[in-house]
Amino acid sequence: MDQTTLNFIVVGLSFALYFGIAIWARAGSTAEFYAAGRGVNPVVNGMATAADWMSAASFISMAGLIAFVGYNNSLFLMGWTGGYVLMAMLLAPYLRKFGKYTVPEFVGDRYYSNTARVVAVICLIVISVTYVIGQMSGAGVAFARFLEVDRDTGLYIAGAVVFVYAVLGGMKGITYTQVAQYCVLIIAYTIPAIFISLQLTGNPIPGLGLFSSMNEGVAGGVEAGVPLLTTLDGLLTDLGFNEYTATTNPWLMALYTLSLMIGTAGLPHVIIRFFTVPKVADARWSAGWALVFIALLYLTAPAVGAMARLNIITTMWPEGTQGEAVAQEDLPDWFNTWEVTGLLGTEDLNGDGRIQYYNEGSAEGQAFAEANGLEGNELVTFNRDILVLANPEIANLPGWVIALIAAGGIAAALSTAAGLLLAISSAISHDLIKSVMNPGISEKGELLAARISMAGAIVVAVYLGLNPPGFAAQVVALAFGLAAATLFPTLMMGIFSKRMNSAGAIAGMLAGLISTCLYLFLYLGWFFVPGTNMLDSSQYLFGIPPTHFGPIGALFNFGVAFLVSRATAEPPQEIQDLVESVRIPRGAGGALAK
Amino acid sequence: MSENNAYWSANLRLVTICLVIWALASYGFAILLRPLISGIEVGGTDLGFWFAQQGSILVFLFLIFFYAWRMNKIDRDHGVDE
Repeated sequence: MDQTTLNFIVVGLSFALYFGIAIWARAGSTAEFYAAGRGVNPVVNGMATAADWMSAASFISMAGLIAFVGYNNSLFLMGWTGGYVLMAMLLAPYLRKFGKYTVPEFVGDRYYSNTARVVAVICLIVISVTYVIGQMSGAGVAFARFLEVDRDTGLYIAGAVVFVYAVLGGMKGITYTQVAQYCVLIIAYTIPAIFISLQLTGNPIPGLGLFSSMNEGVAGGVEAGVPLLTTLDGLLTDLGFNEYTATTNPWLMALYTLSLMIGTAGLPHVIIRFFTVPKVADARWSAGWALVFIALLYLTAPAVGAMARLNIITTMWPEGTQGEAVAQEDLPDWFNTWEVTGLLGTEDLNGDGRIQYYNEGSAEGQAFAEANGLEGNELVTFNRDILVLANPEIANLPGWVIALIAAGGIAAALSTAAGLLLAISSAISHDLIKSVMNPGISEKGELLAARISMAGAIVVAVYLGLNPPGFAAQVVALAFGLAAATLFPTLMMGIFSKRMNSAGAIAGMLAGLISTCLYLFLYLGWFFVPGTNMLDSSQYLFGIPPTHFGPIGALFNFGVAFLVSRATAEPPQEIQDLVESVRIPRGAGGALAK
Repeated sequence: MSENNAYWSANLRLVTICLVIWALASYGFAILLRPLISGIEVGGTDLGFWFAQQGSILVFLFLIFFYAWRMNKIDRDHGVDE
């Protein structure tokens, strides 16, 4: 049986599982559609949150993102996990106690203002829509790569699969499919990682293997008994690359980490997952479980990245960097397979029949080229996603493991897309239709509105996936920056400051929204239209790139909100009582009936 | 009301302690204070690198479970548990 057929079978089985869950977990009420009836076990919710959180980017790209830069990009590991500490201590338990269905609903009630609620809906939609575009195109790419269907067909299939379980089951269907998707993706990710770690270091736990010594019998003139990271540093500097473990700019690294952490804590599709557990104490535990399941992948990813990078170098330099490079006809089979997809590409520039891989962009690399008669780096295409995608083949694992990676990549994209679509559709049906436009709508009517909003959101997401706006690369920065600058401060002040009033919160949210958009637009172009940027990267304010702006936008939000709230009247007594009640766990179960 | 105030300040104290450790493990040891602990070697590199790629995440995990455990106890002590 060929690999594509096997991929179809494994992916098809995973879809059958999701559909089975969808039929079993149909939503019968708005409480089930928005919050899975608040009956989700905290461990199960933790697992669903992990799948909700880890996108196609975490699954396919993150290991490469770290491996190609080394230490500096550890900020993604810390940024995308450290936010859970903030969420667990500053937001999740209190919002669960509040006991409603959406993030804008808390903003609207706490700040006794439909204006605040609508501003929050706008922030939520901008954040979630930009985020979902990446997921849909990620799903399309995953289909294209593994099942050899074209990208657009892949997108339609992804949209159709999400449609079935999200429209039918709402949060309830999404929760239990996310649990299944988590299992698929974590198995797919860890099996090849364990085998590679065993081959290179003899340690079955990749996170420990990363700090272990090299095994006997590794190719590439690698000395046994030397630490893996020392070996990698040595190979990379020989070839003119930066040292793997070196620091570049610690202050910017800290600022970007902070931006990702605050942004993570303020992402609505993650926050609403904590509305599904029965009690406040469960929300606290559940955040811990979520991080356990996330950490299983995030502790493995840096090891996968470093080990795969080492493997590629020793494949290219089987006798070590001082010996002969690999002859073209000796390239392994997996290399040729991936060359067909265009993710790897070679060109024998100096015509010696061998493929020399080095960094032609550095002085050390050029010296290396001169000494060895090279005329340029001959591994001309080296897509960083290859580090995860080709892992099973590098480790000589059987075809079904490769098929699992296919199912895992698709599961990661679908689970995140579904969570985002629920956040969008519930903000539309619950916050705009039910609360602002038609407060008299019946329970049945609202459930129907929720299903229609979900269907509409999926159609829009598929459309945007097919015709991605020109700013695809910047959207993640926008989503995290905006979540950090708008929703996080507003939610936090709503809980921790009794004095914060509606004028302050609205002014703060707008200050965060406008300052962040302005900073992004000035440097990246108005609405990301290329060429309309008014300043370039040499003119960054204090050297801060737009991707790092989140914490500064948040500071604007906090500062403006504080000043405006002190200049205006304090919130009414019943709002102060509401804050008092949100702070205390007792009585959370009662909210179930609403 | 004063019982609630005592509960809330116990919560704030716990959150502050946890966030100091949170910042120390990530912004501190893994990034800004990395040069200070560069003398401590871990598997071919320094302790700061280990904190950046493994240690900080393990500390985050510990902190959330510690917070949940302590906080649930504080709830019971102040009679505001569910």
